[in-house]
Amino acid sequence: MRLNLPEEIVKEKVLAVQEYSLLAGEAVGNLFRRPRYVSDILMQADFIGVGSLPIVVLTGLSIGAVLALQTSTTLQQFGSVSLTGQLVSFSMIKEIGPVLTSLMLAGRAATGMASELGSMKVTEQIDAMRALGTDPVKKLITPRVVSTVVMLFFLSILSDLMGLVGGYIVAVSRLGLTTSQYWTSTYQQLQFPDVFQGLCKPFFFGFIIATVGCYYGFSTKGGTQGVGRSTTQAMVAASVLILIVDFFITQLLIGIFGR
Amino acid sequence: MTDAALTNGHPAASEVVLEFKDVELGFDQHLVLRGVSFRLHRGETKVLFGVAGSGKSVLLKLALGLLRPDAGTITVLGQEISSMPEQDLFELRRKIGMVFQESALFDSMTVEENVAFRLTEEHVPAEQIRERVTEALRFVELEHTLEKFPAQLSGGMRRRVAIARAIITQPEIILYDSPTGGLDPITSTTIVELIIKQRDVYQTSALMVTHRLQDGFTMATHCFDKRKGQMVPVKESGTNTNTSFLILRDGKVIFDGTGHELAASTDEYIKEYIS
Repeated sequence: MRLNLPEEIVKEKVLAVQEYSLLAGEAVGNLFRRPRYVSDILMQADFIGVGSLPIVVLTGLSIGAVLALQTSTTLQQFGSVSLTGQLVSFSMIKEIGPVLTSLMLAGRAATGMASELGSMKVTEQIDAMRALGTDPVKKLITPRVVSTVVMLFFLSILSDLMGLVGGYIVAVSRLGLTTSQYWTSTYQQLQFPDVFQGLCKPFFFGFIIATVGCYYGFSTKGGTQGVGRSTTQAMVAASVLILIVDFFITQLLIGIFGR
Repeated sequence: MTDAALTNGHPAASEVVLEFKDVELGFDQHLVLRGVSFRLHRGETKVLFGVAGSGKSVLLKLALGLLRPDAGTITVLGQEISSMPEQDLFELRRKIGMVFQESALFDSMTVEENVAFRLTEEHVPAEQIRERVTEALRFVELEHTLEKFPAQLSGGMRRRVAIARAIITQPEIILYDSPTGGLDPITSTTIVELIIKQRDVYQTSALMVTHRLQDGFTMATHCFDKRKGQMVPVKESGTNTNTSFLILRDGKVIFDGTGHELAASTDEYIKEYIS
């Protein structure tokens, strides 16, 4: 096996970033060009959104419950167990809800897109689509980007809610808080910037999940082994990008809103 | 190559639907096509021979604009496509049909949806789509497979569905990439008969890549008899004047002519190839 020179590796990476940017730009540009594949958007929304409901509900619920348990041990030392709801809501709404949902969706949707489009690529179905006069980016990528961005927004809200419910179950059953104590503390300190931060992140993360998944699918080479490789790379790249972008968005929004 | 050689004996007035002029293409510093030039006339079927790796499939993808040449020009239906924007190419490709080597049917769609793909994209009314799909599938004798998925069909049936998908809009040019590759002799003959039927009934221009010499010779020595509904040997001259041959060797055109000229060739490589 031939080893690549360092400059070849760098060139490859730069080329990959360039191709990814062009593909993502084209997918967005297609939003303003006809035809618009509404039925494909709805079908993808069903797969990405409705199909991801169980996983989002379960992870949200368990993370909320764990957060309540973990924070309560610290809060007990200061005699402030009643603030458990506040800590759960801050963590879930600003950070864990959108990030965790996005990572779950990266595992489910980005890999699904990479493997589906990758299989189409290696069996010449993408070429066949171009040969039949249809733009595969418009038909396959743009609907996935739109659906992922929209559905991730709603899934994040659902995840936040389930996290709060998980925290509530623990707070009432294990920490001895009353229903009104818990729910009052969850929203009492919440302000617009906190909610805004939690709601704007899914748009970026959804875009990353769909474009990365589709990019790896479209650049698949090397038969079934290549499809497997693309699927893994899509998951890893999407997850890492989500975490990096999360840091920068958080920093930017804290800079703007001061919290 | 001279202009006379390019016209390949066709009258000057005969319309050229596809023309390659000094086309070159390379991958990873290896030249796959070296100065390829030829013309395809309206109603003509050109059979492309060549050993594996000689650049036959690449040539078809260039003709469809799926790949771009490094040098030279490609003219399809009067339009130069080498530097044409992708969005314009989509329009042009609607006038060209392509049958891929492994059929390339959409595996998540039924046979009906596959064949109807182009019509659905053009928003043709549903009842008209059903009618035309049935007609196209009847042409390839597969009208009973409407609801089936590609995975439920045999290799030969998949090729026939691919042909139906390619001809449904009655394109001006059809490109066949090894349509009989990997099929048994009987199924191969069925496919070749369909290609002859398309050539003689609809007078479609075609470029057909094949490894199988007998397919090319059957194309040249048979025509479709509409009354009998099957292909029959050509009676008078013995060969069909609408069929010509092109042989590629190491990315270069080493022969472009009729079946008679091919049989009479004195080139050692060609003689060995067709023997």
